[in-house]
Amino acid sequence: MNAQRLNRLAHFDVPGHKGGRMNPELSEYFGKLCTSLDVNSMKALDNLGHPVSVIKDAHALAADAFGADYAFFMVNGTTSAVQTMIWATCGRGEKIILPRNVHRSAINALVVNGAVPVYINPGRDKRLGIPLGMGVGDVQRAIEENPDAKAVLVNNPTYYGVCSDLETIVSVAHAAGMKVLADEAHGTHFYFHDKLPVSGMAAGCDMAAASLHKTGGSLTQSSILLCKDSINPDYVRQIITLTQSTSANYLLLSSLDIARRHLFFHGREAFGKTIAFAEYARDEINRLGGYYAFGPEIVNGDTCFAFDLTKLSVHTRDIGLAGIEVYDLLRDDYGIQIEFGDIGNILAILSAGDRRMDVERLISALAEIKRLHRKDPVGLFDHEYIDPDVAMTPEAAFYAGKTTVPLKDSLGRIAGEFVMSYPPGIPILAPGERVTPDILEHIEFAKAKGCFMTGPQDMNIDNLQVVA
Amino acid sequence: MELWYTDRHTEDVNFSIKVKRQLASHKSEIQQIDILDTYGFGRVLVLDGDLMITEKDEYIYHEMMTHVPMAVHPNVESVLVVGGGDGGTVRELVKYPDIKEIDLVESDKEVVTLSSIHLPFTACRLRDPRVRMHFEEGLRFVRGKKDAYDLIIVDCPDPYGPAEGLFTREFYGNCCNALKDDGILINQHESPFYAAHQTSVKNAHAHIAIEFPVSTVYQCHIPSYPSGHWLFGFASLKYDPVQDLDADRWNSLGVQTRYYNTDLHRGAFALPNYVKELLNR
Repeated sequence: MNAQRLNRLAHFDVPGHKGGRMNPELSEYFGKLCTSLDVNSMKALDNLGHPVSVIKDAHALAADAFGADYAFFMVNGTTSAVQTMIWATCGRGEKIILPRNVHRSAINALVVNGAVPVYINPGRDKRLGIPLGMGVGDVQRAIEENPDAKAVLVNNPTYYGVCSDLETIVSVAHAAGMKVLADEAHGTHFYFHDKLPVSGMAAGCDMAAASLHKTGGSLTQSSILLCKDSINPDYVRQIITLTQSTSANYLLLSSLDIARRHLFFHGREAFGKTIAFAEYARDEINRLGGYYAFGPEIVNGDTCFAFDLTKLSVHTRDIGLAGIEVYDLLRDDYGIQIEFGDIGNILAILSAGDRRMDVERLISALAEIKRLHRKDPVGLFDHEYIDPDVAMTPEAAFYAGKTTVPLKDSLGRIAGEFVMSYPPGIPILAPGERVTPDILEHIEFAKAKGCFMTGPQDMNIDNLQVVA
Repeated sequence: MELWYTDRHTEDVNFSIKVKRQLASHKSEIQQIDILDTYGFGRVLVLDGDLMITEKDEYIYHEMMTHVPMAVHPNVESVLVVGGGDGGTVRELVKYPDIKEIDLVESDKEVVTLSSIHLPFTACRLRDPRVRMHFEEGLRFVRGKKDAYDLIIVDCPDPYGPAEGLFTREFYGNCCNALKDDGILINQHESPFYAAHQTSVKNAHAHIAIEFPVSTVYQCHIPSYPSGHWLFGFASLKYDPVQDLDADRWNSLGVQTRYYNTDLHRGAFALPNYVKELLNR
């Protein structure tokens, strides 16, 4: 990239901004270096859709760094990597075993290609109200009951940092001839520190999708797809290019390469620092009283087999505030933007890029919020996860003839669209599932507390498309 | 040969003083610490390239931070100084025999060490038995205290570096909680003159005003600081800085000062119109 920039070629190809000269505000705002690096595919810079030179080399280096046989740089986020994993292993009408607390991208993949979900209800932590990982017994049962399933998808970890017993799940699934796919959107760092849970590739998964942009230090929307040689990489490339842009952004691609290098040489040190920040913050927040910053003590050997030590997750219900309320107060009153807040918990993402004083600010602001806003915890909803009542496949329901009904009148109907809070983007209701009283109550509570909600055609989430 | 140190006041305005020699240069875990001996301003302390105090005018800053609240609050026994590792604020505080305890919370121990060696004019009273030094983040120390202090003085650098956390709403809220119910909070409040600083002045003032029933600013001249026109915040849970000034009592204490007196105290709270507008008073 740098060599090309210094080559000072005369460009008569896209992008038309020509190093920012067409649009001076672009280069003033982003900086001339940035706009001069925004180029499109050409011989010296290879092509993401058919890599034969520098991108191929970068892929090989990344595969090596992550302990994979093949790696693919992804420019449409881990969404595209998760969807590729599912489409590369399951076809229309074929079954995939997965936990229901997956990111929307997984169920979206099923809407598009007509694969059939076999949901496993994740374990639950009663005190925290959060869904955990999948129990090995539940996975085994699902495999026995669905011997024709093609793959098992596992969250490694969940949004809250909870991991299932991945190695055992891999051996059980492989024994039944099924592939194992790891959604490691929040697990990039697992590959680079031994105090963290086992990574997908180390556990023997066939494919893994990791968001380098979340914890790996690359630019937003840049991710990686990792494969073992049990998967045909050329077929994977075809699947990727079914939907990937032919104008992949080189800023994203080069940030992946830079991040890979940094992780390889300095990842251990960076994540060691992050773990130290997280342990310090958990300790201090627990000393404030009222809040519960949970950590590895929630490990139970099965549905919570391991815990991501870098996660700073805090249970807020005991001070009478929903997580989303604390999230909003932190942002509006204290200028602190955390990752998300839901019914009972908040999550802050820490990294080696944090400064000690910012961590102190977060802790002090939480102390203030407790002092100024604490309430009686009566009336707070106490669980995040609701068992789904699946009546149709996601694809069939999404493309079925639908009618619009007010949400409050949708009880018992089959949903034709998603409803979820975003973040975390885990569907409360997915196409093909029946609307239950629990679901309606959860949605109303989330709306009332100020969660940002999305999914339905109706932007106000007052009406729902249901199967006619 | 001439050697000059330049302090950047804004992107377009600098302040340069001629240097005799460098006395110390040290990169601590937190910041770059430099101490210079200059022709025009004597010994000066520089942190991360920014001028902190000079031998020639530091007494103005330290006296105004200390004696203004001490002349208002009738009975100060416990004081918290956040920052102030050079020791100047403590030097003023120990002039009061009724003060029983002084907690100094300085995040960078090396500032104290180097000041003790090279800045004896400010660090001379840090060994007073009433002084307890804590080397940790101010934010962390304060949030652990409740109803503990009569007076809190936030003696810190600008909000663009390690002191950033000390201009936040949560910090001022934590201070409010740490004060006794008639306590006073004094903070270094920057200059209202330059546009680059005005936002932080407004924001800090807004954050403080939310928590404290009495919240105002007072001013003085510090020749070596950007624009020379400097503000301090006076926030109080009970006492009014002008109505409750007890000049007779303060004067009878016999405290020696080179800048502060009780007439100047009243005058310091009379603000120019542009400052009033900036703070929306």
